[in-house]
This record gives sequence, structure tokens and C-alpha cells, in this order.
Amino acid sequence: MNIGYYPGCALHGSSNDYDQSLKACLGALGISLQEVKDWICCGATAAHSLNHKLALALPARNLALAERDGFKEVFAPCPLCSMQLLKVRKAVADDSVRQELSQIVETELRGEAEVLNLIQVFESVGLDRLKTAVKQPLGSMSAACYYGCLLLRPPDVVKFDDFEQPNSMETLLTALGAKTVEWSYKTECCGAGMTMASEDTVLELAHKILTNAVEHGANCVVVACPMCHVNLDMKQAAVERKYGKKLDLTVYYLSDVVGLALGLSGEQLGIDRHFVTHAPTTAKTAIAAGPGSEH
Amino acid sequence: MELSGTITHSARIESLAGSKIANCYQCGKCTAGCPVASHMDLVPNQLIRLLQLGRDDLALTSPSIWACVSCLTCSARCPKQVDCAAVLDALREFSLREGKASPEAQIVVAFQQAFLDNIKRNGRLNELELIARFKLAVLSHTRQLAFLFKDAGLAPQLMSRKKLHLTSERAHDCEVVGRIYARCAPSQPVLAAPVEAVAK
Repeated sequence: MNIGYYPGCALHGSSNDYDQSLKACLGALGISLQEVKDWICCGATAAHSLNHKLALALPARNLALAERDGFKEVFAPCPLCSMQLLKVRKAVADDSVRQELSQIVETELRGEAEVLNLIQVFESVGLDRLKTAVKQPLGSMSAACYYGCLLLRPPDVVKFDDFEQPNSMETLLTALGAKTVEWSYKTECCGAGMTMASEDTVLELAHKILTNAVEHGANCVVVACPMCHVNLDMKQAAVERKYGKKLDLTVYYLSDVVGLALGLSGEQLGIDRHFVTHAPTTAKTAIAAGPGSEH
Repeated sequence: MELSGTITHSARIESLAGSKIANCYQCGKCTAGCPVASHMDLVPNQLIRLLQLGRDDLALTSPSIWACVSCLTCSARCPKQVDCAAVLDALREFSLREGKASPEAQIVVAFQQAFLDNIKRNGRLNELELIARFKLAVLSHTRQLAFLFKDAGLAPQLMSRKKLHLTSERAHDCEVVGRIYARCAPSQPVLAAPVEAVAK
């Protein structure tokens, strides 16, 4: 399977552990990721907050480049990047917008390439194939599957799962032998790109999310977004300091847990580079370490 | 609050947001689900109400529009298909363009501006440069030296995890990014048609 890969800035920056995890995990499943040549930033929150036209033009350039490279499918592991690409696809249904955007980005934009998030990539592999590839069932994992915002919203743009009661990550994890918990914060916002500009907002929201996961019996949180990981993992120590409690909750990327089930090591997946880490080397030790151990 | 008698329904904001503001019947569902409503002086349904009453000026100068985390919960749950998040995007855009951004929100505004400038220069986000320029911008606004060194302790932790890159991330063709920015400058006309029909 050949998929155009749009990593986005985070995965080439401080979320490069996510990039490592994806390449190790998807590589083990025989999926090779070919980076869209000379991709640019999607503009993120700054563009849609300050310049609506730029917010469409920047991802339009990336979709056009992917199409120029002949990709029928583009995988964007960051839900914000992925949602912005899908917004372009929706906008170009109007041909005058398509033509104008093509001129702005100096590349013919058809808007036909499919845009995939990480869950959809695993779904395209198929649950049956994943189940047979499991070498290390995730038996003692009780995961809080955290979707956050943009995998699900806006529902008319992303058209993915049930936007209030999503279940696609739980279905995947259950197939890998993990248990998942029912909890209340799986579609709540973590504060996203406010990490630097408004840290208190992020700490407050991350605190609610992590606490709710613990209260519902989770021993880890599973995310499919670089910003969710930053706010729940990197900022977890700051949350613990601010709210005077110990959470010690491992936060995995979805590709980490699939990779562990496939028998990959924590080092291969980059789990040892997370902030809250019990340095797991296999699924068994990852889970044996569990919450409450030293890190 | 004294209201002007004219109801304009803020046509320019509707056009940018692709959403019909008059459709809102003030049920408050947007505010009920907003994760940062408790930090807002004017909550989402109140901002929409101000636009219905033609008091754009009060919405444009409110710090609340910069507290929004763009989670899109408001838009997803609106029973009348008012794209509240897009309305807030439009309010931020006009607020900045017209120099009306609340001084209380200057840190968020400085961050978003530093981010867009960074992409214009590099095509892709250069994290270290963003942090440096953002911190200097905040310092020049607030004169708070402490903010400059806030989170400095994270740097060695990021470094030991190989998450901090001293070599700069850049797109190969940065010139095209500059030309795209020029074509999207506020002085340029808006796109031929709004993303969604206004009269939905």
C-alpha cells in the first residue's frame, strides 16, 4: 500500500516521536509512507483565526502537491492538518473556488485525493489482518481512547465516526486484546495550540481530561493527535504541580499501542522519548509497569 | 448597554463565516458545551446576540474571542447550523485588521501573529524561532521579564528526548509561500464564493 504522507510541522518538530512511531508501526504492517514533496505548513489555528483565505490556500497547496505527485490518498496524522485538507476538498466542490485556489497556489488543484486520519489507515488494513498480526495481546491495558476535537469536528467536513459518541478507536484496541474504559471526556478539548499562549487554559483542560480517565479506571490514554499528546504528556507534570495530585498516566499514540501489539519495542516506537514514561520495551512490561510506578 | 436601533446582522461577518447569524434563537447550547466559557466576559451566545443587534463593535473588542480554543463544539452542536466557531474566526480576523483586538488578549494575538510570520518566512514551522520571536514580542508588550524564561526548564528535557532541533526546518520553495501570502493579503478580494452558502 502506497500512501502520500503529509507529516505536518509538529511531526517534523517536537512531536517527532509520533513520526517515529508511525513509521515503525505502519512499516511492520507493510505500509510505506512517501512524503509529499516540498509540503508546507497548513497554517494551523493561526491562519484560520487571522486570515480565512490563507487558511484555505496553505492546505490547498499541499493537496495540489499530493495530487501532482500522483497520490490517490493522503495520510495526515495530525487531525488539524487533516481537517484543513478536508475543508479544501469541500470548498473545491465549487469550481470557481477550485480555479481560484489553483491560481493562488500555482498548482492545479483537483481536490480528488482522499484524506485519511490514522484510525482510517488502520481500518484500511482491516481488523482481521490486524488481529492475525498480533504477537503480544494488550491484555492488561485499560485504555481511555481520547479523540479530542478535530478527528470528529466539524462533522460535515470530516464525516468520521459518531461525533458525540465515537467508537472507532475502541473497536481497534479491542481487536488487539486491550480493554477500553467508558469515560466522559473523550471528545473534550485539551486546549490544543494554546500550550504556549495560554498555558493555564491547557493545564485546566488537561487536568479535567486526565482526572476523568483515572476516575474511570484507565491505566493509559490513547491519542491520535500530536497536540493532544503534548498537552496530556509533556504538560502532565505541570498539571500535577498546579493541582497537587499525582496522575502518572502514560499517554500513547494509537500507533504505539498497535505497534506494541505487533511485537515492536518501546524504543523502536519512540515511547521511551515521552515525558511520562515507564520505559516499556514490550507490551507486557509497558502494562506491568502501569500507573503508580516510578518515572 | 445602549443599543443602536439598526439591526445590520453583520453582513461582512456572515459572509466570512459562511453562516447566517439571524438563525440563532439563543438556546445557549454553544455556551453550555464551550470548554472555556468560564473564562469569557461575553460567552458565545452573547457574542452572536451582539451581532444580531448590530453591536459588532462590542464583539470585536472583546477578549473572549481570543479565549476560544477552536474546538468547534459550538458549531457541531448548534441546532440551527450557525457556525459559531467560524463567526469567532471572522471576528478575530476583523478585530486584528481594524486594530480592535483587546489589550487583555495581546499574548494570544502575539502568538498567532508570530506563528503566521514564521510560516511566511520558512514555509514550515521553525519551533525555536517561533518561541524566540513570540517571547520577545510579549516582552515588548508586557515588560514581564519572567515570561521570557518561563518553560526554559523544558528545553533540556526536550533536548534529551531528541525533540528539539537546532537546525531549522524549512520548505525547499519558500518563495511560493511568500507569493501565496501576498495573494491572501487582507487587501486582496475574498474568494469567489464563500465556503458554504450563507443562506443555508
